[in-house]
Amino acid sequence: MAVTEKFVGQAVLRKEDPELLTGQARYTENLTAPGMAWMSVMRSPFAHAAIGGIDTSKAAAMPGVVAVLTAADLESEWGGPLPFVWPITEDIKVPVHWPLTKDKARFQGDGVAIVVGETRGQAQDAAEAVEVDWEPFDAVLDIEEAAKDQVVIHDDLGTNVVVHWSHGGGGDQSIFDTADVVVKERYVAPRLIPNAIEPRACLAQPVPAMGEFTLISTTQIPHIARVTLGGTCNIPESKLRVIAPDVGGGFGSKLNVYAEEALSLVLARRLKRPIKWVETRSENYLATIHGRGVIHDVELAATNEGKILGFRVKELCDMGAYYQLLTPGIPELGGWVYMGPYDCQAYWYEFTGVVTNATPTDAYRGAGRPEATYVLERAVDALARRLGMDPADVRRRSFVPKFLEARTAISGLNVDSGAYEETFDKALELAGYPDLRKEQLRRREQNDVKQLGIGISSYIEMCGLAPSNILGALRYAAGGWDACTVQCLPDGKVVLKIGTSPHGQSHVTTWAQIAADTLGVTPGDVEVLHGDTSVAPLGMDTYGSRSVSVGATALYFALEKIKEKARTLAAHELEVAEEDLEFDGGTFTVKGAPDKARTISDLAVSAWHAHSIPAGFEPNLEATAVWDPPNFTWPAGTHLCVVDVDTETGKVEIVKYVAVDDCGTVINPMIVDGQVHGGVAQGIAEALYEEALYDEQGNLISSLMTQYLVPAASELPSFVLGATHTPSTTNPLGVKGIGEAGTIASPPAVVNAVIDALSHLGVTHIEKPVTPERVWRAISQGGAA
Amino acid sequence: MTHVSVTVNGVAREADVEPRTLLVYLLRETLGLTGTNVGCDTSSCGACTVLLDGESVKSCTLLAAQADGREVLTIEGLASDGQLHPIQEAFHRNHGLQCGYCTPGMVMAAKSYLDENPNPTEEQVREALEGNLCRCTGYHNIVKAILDAAQSSGATV
Repeated sequence: MAVTEKFVGQAVLRKEDPELLTGQARYTENLTAPGMAWMSVMRSPFAHAAIGGIDTSKAAAMPGVVAVLTAADLESEWGGPLPFVWPITEDIKVPVHWPLTKDKARFQGDGVAIVVGETRGQAQDAAEAVEVDWEPFDAVLDIEEAAKDQVVIHDDLGTNVVVHWSHGGGGDQSIFDTADVVVKERYVAPRLIPNAIEPRACLAQPVPAMGEFTLISTTQIPHIARVTLGGTCNIPESKLRVIAPDVGGGFGSKLNVYAEEALSLVLARRLKRPIKWVETRSENYLATIHGRGVIHDVELAATNEGKILGFRVKELCDMGAYYQLLTPGIPELGGWVYMGPYDCQAYWYEFTGVVTNATPTDAYRGAGRPEATYVLERAVDALARRLGMDPADVRRRSFVPKFLEARTAISGLNVDSGAYEETFDKALELAGYPDLRKEQLRRREQNDVKQLGIGISSYIEMCGLAPSNILGALRYAAGGWDACTVQCLPDGKVVLKIGTSPHGQSHVTTWAQIAADTLGVTPGDVEVLHGDTSVAPLGMDTYGSRSVSVGATALYFALEKIKEKARTLAAHELEVAEEDLEFDGGTFTVKGAPDKARTISDLAVSAWHAHSIPAGFEPNLEATAVWDPPNFTWPAGTHLCVVDVDTETGKVEIVKYVAVDDCGTVINPMIVDGQVHGGVAQGIAEALYEEALYDEQGNLISSLMTQYLVPAASELPSFVLGATHTPSTTNPLGVKGIGEAGTIASPPAVVNAVIDALSHLGVTHIEKPVTPERVWRAISQGGAA
Repeated sequence: MTHVSVTVNGVAREADVEPRTLLVYLLRETLGLTGTNVGCDTSSCGACTVLLDGESVKSCTLLAAQADGREVLTIEGLASDGQLHPIQEAFHRNHGLQCGYCTPGMVMAAKSYLDENPNPTEEQVREALEGNLCRCTGYHNIVKAILDAAQSSGATV
């Protein structure tokens, strides 16, 4: 009997949990190989300095040291520089980025030499003994200063201004001259450090007899790493296997291909030994990508009645010292959503990318879209203040009306579906908005020390990366499809080999739920294999809230193929025409004769032994589908944050946080809620606590976890969640993404709330992160801080 | 080398380690108990939390030698006879983990805290977890799980 219970839409508890809860997880650092040696990287202590010479003799003589190598020693190993796959314009200037720098260091943390030792400690000790003859230069950290080219970081490029990208505009540009009101604001998005709790690590193993290599790595992208590292390391893709085992969080920081992965591979080849490298946290802050780092100038045009007419945005973006995998493409991802959920008549977006003497920036949760949403939603509140209107009314007046078929937005892309006012209404209802305004008024009238602030953020985002033809048009090197193989085994169990690579997102459970419903089994009967290019060779991995909408849609189509194949076999066995069969819950029955039936499990057996199959039928019940999405998906929602601001100390306390998100059809509400919780927490952190700070010499001041304020439970509230469900028209499941929504929506909700609490005192702006000091200064100055 | 005798998860273990060896590396690399994770180098993240004589400690903050003659409980020792501990059960039931990297430390910190205070408020749980960082869950479901564990098992936790 097939299982008839349906699992999609249910809060099925996770299949991933038991091993993670009992200390049996396979994180990269837990793995070893016989004969393994340890790699340590000697990094530049200077942000900008020429390398006069390197003396490795002292290090090489230390106990347990296997090799000490510099860029010059490794030159013959490389097929090319580290991968950079998104040259967004024809005339972009691309800084050459080798795994070790040869001539000069361009940021604090730039790799200069590597040491291989028998133990971790021996490698680390010897790395400290490498002597470099440094000639320090002035460093340039400020984006606007760097753009002046008084200090040039890459001599061969001759300038720090490396890329300019313009959306080209949409609608009627004259609106920015003729509108009743044009609000002009400047907002800054500081650099952030992603802080996955698992630092990076890798283990490269040679398989000498086969001329092959296996790289185990803390990566979100084993498939992309395989093809790109093959190029960098001069290894044919067919001879390289990349495994992402259990991965302890990513948030974009592991959506990259790093020097240490390439170095460990070529060392494994040269030394014919497995090479392991594990990042320390302090090293992570220097050598793993940062996010954000943008100065935005925004103009918002509107009518006197508060109807939003358009946004014009120009940005300066901090690329850091080199490009990592996607660096200049990150602002561009935001460049398509600067209309938000509003029905605009004019659109302009452009940015200039500048290199600085700092860690490279790249994708951090949301990647371009949190920046965009922050700018829009802060500007909308600024408009409401200027017009003396309730910020809720401005938004309500300006939303695109509900649409269930794709609609072309002012930025030119097709938005799949949206019901913005519904999510907005729900958020305001859950928050008790009118009562909050009354309470705010009461406290203002009483001149209460603790003032109440209400911040709204309505967002849309573009995710589910991505239609391959659009990626091609945007000059991205790869496609955006994904893949899934379904195998129905003769024992009644099912194996899924999936092309996405989860690192906390619960793909194993989610995919199992979908397969279980179609095949008439339980999620427990479904084994989901991922993160190994030998097991699941086809895939484009996990980032950009793409996994369910692209990867699970590939599963959907693979299941369709299974059904089709199984129907042929069932018709053969039941001696009826295929169209005489009905299919539900994993069982084919003959119309009008329900006792004549075959389950998928029955058919998996007969397809396997193949004793009696129709002519031309391939044995085994197995199918692979590769799916290229025709569009992005466009989640949306409204978040509302309520804060108490202590006007004497500047302390901000979140007293209520409401998130109403619409990610279309939901496979597992428990998992979706979990994604929102984590995303919102990261966004609150961005608003209130976190900032990567450099001094003028380019020393990372927030260089330890004791200085960079990742919030703990005591610094965050519980969240009130709501949802609406407007199915996506992009895919047959109706799903949209939810991995980044919380991080995209929350920073402006929090900052708007703080400003709202203090606006009657004349406060109009406070920079992120909104620290007690900045709040206190803003109150004292009665303006911006 | 320093000789260390330590009882780990009820089993007497002996090892000779470099004097500078941290307790977490004794557990992970000498004794092969890789359930205790390392997330930072400043005793900030709490991923390496274990119980030493019943009290939660960050095992990256102690030398292995400091555990000599004492009892250590790690995440591997919490479930018994294949039955998850009530706190582990509650984390599972409440989706209190995503990537799982902070989870062993969170669970051990929660055990230590509930042993002291079996009936905490939400605010107390949040304060008690101050030394343990999670980047996935926003703590919402971790806090919920610990309150659930307290409620569902009372004094047996």
